[in-house]
Order: sequence, then C-alpha cells, then structure tokens
Amino acid sequence: MTAAVRYDDVEVGTELPTASLPIARVDLVRYAGASGDFNTIHWNQRFAESVGLPNVIAHGMLTMAAAARVITDWAGDPGAVVEYGVRFTRPVVVPDDGTGATLQVSAAVGAKLPERRVRVDVTVTSAGDKVLSMARAVVQLG
Amino acid sequence: MPLDPAFIGRRYAPSRVYEVGREKIREFASAIGDESEVYRDPAAAQALGHPDVIAPPTFAIVISSEVGRQVVFDPELGLDYGRVVHGEQRFVHHRPIRAGDRLCGVLVVENIRAAAGNDILTTRVDVSTEDGELVTTAYSTLVARAAERS
Repeated sequence: MTAAVRYDDVEVGTELPTASLPIARVDLVRYAGASGDFNTIHWNQRFAESVGLPNVIAHGMLTMAAAARVITDWAGDPGAVVEYGVRFTRPVVVPDDGTGATLQVSAAVGAKLPERRVRVDVTVTSAGDKVLSMARAVVQLG
Repeated sequence: MPLDPAFIGRRYAPSRVYEVGREKIREFASAIGDESEVYRDPAAAQALGHPDVIAPPTFAIVISSEVGRQVVFDPELGLDYGRVVHGEQRFVHHRPIRAGDRLCGVLVVENIRAAAGNDILTTRVDVSTEDGELVTTAYSTLVARAAERS
C-alpha cells in the first residue's frame, strides 16, 4: 500500500493535478443508495426549502469522497491514504436544472512528514465558495 | 436543553459484524464517480500489494454512520436529529478496508460541548476485524443547530 509517487520527488508546494467534478441530482440518489444516507435534504427540494436551505444539497460525504479522488489518482494507490479529514463549511447546492453543481478540486503538498509521508492540503469550491476547510490527507509515498 | 456532558467517554456495545463485499465496494466507488480498477478488479489490487479489492478512503462511513446511530438516536441523550448537520469527518486508516473483511464498530463519545447555542457532539468509531485487528478509526463531529427563537 504505497504510492507510485516518490517522497524524494515532491516538495512543499508541489501541486497535484486538479479536477472539475460535476454533481447532478442523480448522483445524490446514487450516493444515498450506496452509502445508506437517505437524509431528506439530499433528495427532496420541498423539504430542503422548508428547513431553510436554498435547494437540495449534496451529502458532505460525497463532496469529501469526490475530493479524495484528486489524491488517490495522484498517489496511484488509494491504500496510500493513511489519514483524511475535512470540515464541512458550506453546503453544495444541487439545483434540478439539468446541470447541477460542479466541484473544483485542487491540492498541494502542505508538509513533508517523517516515514516518507506527506500532508496534502485540498481546496474544494462550488459556485466560487469554499465548501470544505481543513481538508487534509496524510499519504504514504514510496 | 444542552446535551449532557456526562455522556463524554461513554462506550457503546460493539456493532454486529459488517461483511465487506466486492460488489458493495464497486457500488460505492461508482457512486462517488471513481472508475479505478483497484476498487473492482482483484488482480489490479493485488498488483499494488493488496490481497483483494480495497475500499475508497471514505468507505468506512458506511459502517461508522450506522454504528453512530446508537448515540444519535439514544433517547437518553436526546439529540434533535432534525437540527443536525455534519460538521467534521476524519478517518485514520491503519490499513485499507478490503473485500472479505468482517468488521465491527465500537462507538465512543469523545466530546460534547455547546457553542453559540449549538450542541456539538464528537464521536469516535473504532472499526476492527472480528479478530480484533484495528483497521480504521472514524471521527465525526455533528452539530445540532440552535433552535430558532420564536
């Protein structure tokens, strides 16, 4: 469970390839089924609005999972992600307009740690707003 | 009424065994939009040194959130689930979860505090094999937003 990326080849500030990830209503339905999280705010606009949200919002865990792909694609082995945490700061609003939302994900090496590990800092925005903060992973490099 | 801090440190009984299946991992990977073969093809996973297909880094939420229901819906604690939003999530993987794992979760209440009228509950779920090998630790922070003043 070690990444293809070598520890000696990265430095603080090394940027990972970015990703632009669309999220439509159907993706929320699929994630609800796969994860078992059927919270009504993720699929029912009438209910979402009744609790003060602008519209249906994505599962925070779907955003977290989608953002992880930037790290796992870079590392080459998802098993190299030994730690991953986020703070959910803003909801990702997913309107039923045939387009939905788009997550812009970027990441960079924030620190080199002992034992050939690095901390990767991830930035995720939707509609120009940062939707996660303190999004960080620890990755075991080769 | 604020949540009772006496719940801090409370440890719930181990959950039932969750058996991780290859098709569940594939389904979860598809749901997060990840087509990687390491989640689908045992040979691809083995080429990276894993005994079988592994699960994505956030898959443990499937297990930890079910285990977490013990405290979220504990009538003694009285958390108002209608006001709850997910504040933070963190996973520490001691090794990747993989197909064939038979896992149990033990839920511990790490912290309870109040801030600006919100109740903030932090839990830890230790996910281990039924033989006792610690696989993943999942930390969740749930925020019950302050009730609207009328």
